[in-house]
Amino acid sequence: MSVRATIERKLAGGLAPSRLAVIDESHRHAGHAGHHPDGESHFHIEIVAEAFVGKSRVERHRMVNALLAEELAGRVHAMALTTLTPDEAGG
Amino acid sequence: MSNPVFERIKQDITENDVVLYMKGTPMFPQCGFSAAVVQVLSDLGVKFKGVDILVDPSLRDGIKQFSNWPTLPQLYIKGEFVGGCDIVREMAAKGELQQVLKDKAVAFQG
Repeated sequence: MSVRATIERKLAGGLAPSRLAVIDESHRHAGHAGHHPDGESHFHIEIVAEAFVGKSRVERHRMVNALLAEELAGRVHAMALTTLTPDEAGG
Repeated sequence: MSNPVFERIKQDITENDVVLYMKGTPMFPQCGFSAAVVQVLSDLGVKFKGVDILVDPSLRDGIKQFSNWPTLPQLYIKGEFVGGCDIVREMAAKGELQQVLKDKAVAFQG
């Protein structure tokens, strides 16, 4: 399974998001430290989930970080996160 | 048992109002995410201490354990962990970072 598919599966299972986009941006970091020759090292992740209601930004990111601990400790070098509630995302 | 790296971090974030743990230095950031936070702080005219974790592997691991936060950069204001690049940028865009600085009586412009 690709890293991206694993991330999607874990986030979908852990947060039941109403919207989830996992975008591999590794090509934009070619040659940069932490870049993996096969890509899948840098991701931009957008999540809209009811689970974020009432949580601070730090708390939301911690929820995501916990679900992806294994990936962050390994292949994934960097992750840009957008974490919104359905209300914040505009329904 | 006290952890010497944690003690150093505690001392740093206590003695300095604003501390950025980053890859590279404020003048020469070695990572786009670190550079982005330096830019936000510079735009706000905030005086901060940049700590280059690339020159110290124990600090690189230690800061992640200290904050229970797996990525860098990490911004601290008056001893409190604020967040990483995405959070700092979002907060600045919404004026929330300015509010935190104001509430904690840290000088900035704008």
